[in-house]
Amino acid sequence: MAEIMYWEAIRRAHDEEMARDPMVICMGEDIGVAGGTYKATSGLYDKYGPERVIDTPISENGYTGLGIGASFLGVRPIIEIMSVNFAWLAMDQMFNSAAKVRYMSGGQLEAPVVFRSPGGCAHQLGAQHSARMEKVFMGIAGLRVVTPSNPRQAYGLLKSAVRCNDPVFINEHELMYNMKGEVPDEEYFLPLEGSEIARQGSDVTLFGYNVSVHWCLQAAEELARHGINAEVVDLYALAPLDRKGIRASVAKTHRAVIVEEAEAPVGVGAEVMAIINEECFFELDAPPLRVSAKNVPVPYNRGLEKSAIPNAKDVVSAVLKMFGKS
Amino acid sequence: MNAADKKRLLREMLFARRFEERCYEAYVERKIGGFLHLYPGQEACVHGVMEAARPGHDYVITGYRDHIHAIKCGSDPKAVMAELFGKESGCSRGRGGSMHIFDAEHRFMGGYALVGGPFPLAAGMAKAIKLKGGDEIAICFLGDAANNQGTFHESLNMASVWQLPVLYVTENNLYGIGTRIDRSTAVQEQYKRACGYDIPAARADGQDIDAVYAAASIAVEHVRSGKGPYLLELMTYRYRGHSMSDAGAYRSKEEQEEWGKRDPIVILRDRLIAAGELSEAEYSALDKEIIANIEEEIVPFAEQSPEPKLEELERYVLAENDPYVKGGVH
Repeated sequence: MAEIMYWEAIRRAHDEEMARDPMVICMGEDIGVAGGTYKATSGLYDKYGPERVIDTPISENGYTGLGIGASFLGVRPIIEIMSVNFAWLAMDQMFNSAAKVRYMSGGQLEAPVVFRSPGGCAHQLGAQHSARMEKVFMGIAGLRVVTPSNPRQAYGLLKSAVRCNDPVFINEHELMYNMKGEVPDEEYFLPLEGSEIARQGSDVTLFGYNVSVHWCLQAAEELARHGINAEVVDLYALAPLDRKGIRASVAKTHRAVIVEEAEAPVGVGAEVMAIINEECFFELDAPPLRVSAKNVPVPYNRGLEKSAIPNAKDVVSAVLKMFGKS
Repeated sequence: MNAADKKRLLREMLFARRFEERCYEAYVERKIGGFLHLYPGQEACVHGVMEAARPGHDYVITGYRDHIHAIKCGSDPKAVMAELFGKESGCSRGRGGSMHIFDAEHRFMGGYALVGGPFPLAAGMAKAIKLKGGDEIAICFLGDAANNQGTFHESLNMASVWQLPVLYVTENNLYGIGTRIDRSTAVQEQYKRACGYDIPAARADGQDIDAVYAAASIAVEHVRSGKGPYLLELMTYRYRGHSMSDAGAYRSKEEQEEWGKRDPIVILRDRLIAAGELSEAEYSALDKEIIANIEEEIVPFAEQSPEPKLEELERYVLAENDPYVKGGVH
């Protein structure tokens, strides 16, 4: 098992799928000749040519719709939206065309298209380049949402997303492309529904996804020093969420903290809490908590920005408070 | 087109007129719900263009005024009417309704209700055709007002840069819902707007099917021969309001009467009569036959078809039994 970077894992999935199936194409801003802002499509232009590795104009709704239209005829486009902030412009086509076409055609058409886009807060990119938008995509029937927290998931989820017959939104992270991790040498498909236990524990479940999984893992180490054995559940599938996995972990630990990089309102935390309520309320020994971003447009100033976004320390504090140890 | 073709087209257009008029009645009777956008007045547009293209072979996409486009592509009018009645036998199984007629078998790729939404979808279908190496073309029918959406400009630009086999047809009926084109649009001649994307374009009389056919033949030939996209503007007029929710009262009586004198069905009928290819008696027999077909076959089919099963409400949201969803693929 080789250790590769997150961007290399994404690139490898592209390459394998494009080599296997001539109907797999990729498109987006600067993904071809330039190889992609995060190198996730580097080298593909030379290998597969301009008809299959398409540098698009800066027309997010237009090229997203174009990819969706191609998918109606059996093409499988992987569409990179350079930053999730720009996906607002493409949402008409993503939601009104891709997510609804199977349903409103009574099952006749489908849109097997993959949208990939980095979200999250990087370093001082300001309010219009720091959005965390998974909550928006999660609310759309007909659209699958996944979010890889490591290179293995990035590879395995893209492999599955390309072959799945539903539209899939893959929420990546600007700060994670250079993260290293082990990826199986052989082909590997991570199911588009489910969750993974990133750390076994017994006293409290920390639910994270994407970058917040790492905050949870760091917090769990710190909590161990306080005698609290935290379990970390990686909710890599956000839509639909893994109700069974959520229930199983809460039934084991009886406490839940949801950690999200996004603002709290109408978010992953709110949704997971609702699921806990519906699935296993009487398993709880304490009210579930959310650790979320402040509900502000992300500021430019470094200190303000850091204060707006949660971190491992915030997770530790929340858990200690839950246990009456703060 | 020979005389037989023209007589068939007259029949198809008259059928389209009577079909839509019957939809109007069914709406008033509350058999059809939701929004209903009717086509009377514009019949020569889709019939003339598709006569020059290959219905059922070329991929067609349009907006919400879509019943007749589907039928011209080959959809069974019974399935279209059943869709309007919300029935399981409807072409979209009652899940789509008037604005979302789909018929993949006849390559009618749907009616979409966001104005301008189909522009990039059509370019994408053209991209797929190009990748697969087929001889089909993609045809996108939309109204003049859709051309004020960003998707028009984004799609024409991409279609031109990548030389995609797509024909954009602007059915210019002079109104975007209730706002007249001169109050909403800086350049009213829609064909001129293609110039900004280096796309050849033409304008034709959308009330005269011979003119539509002639212009569309050039357009289709251009696109099919691999010369890239084309925009065809057809000057036309809708007799009814934008949808059933308006009566078209924003238009003067004089204007409506003026356009009424240039009815596409009357123009073709009179031309055939003048050429000795059709008699008044034949025409009225044809009309009676069409109405009887609608009343005796089409409407009863829609009325008597079963409703969708409530337990199937959640079908068709996602693919069923997709192996990449639950796991098990190694």
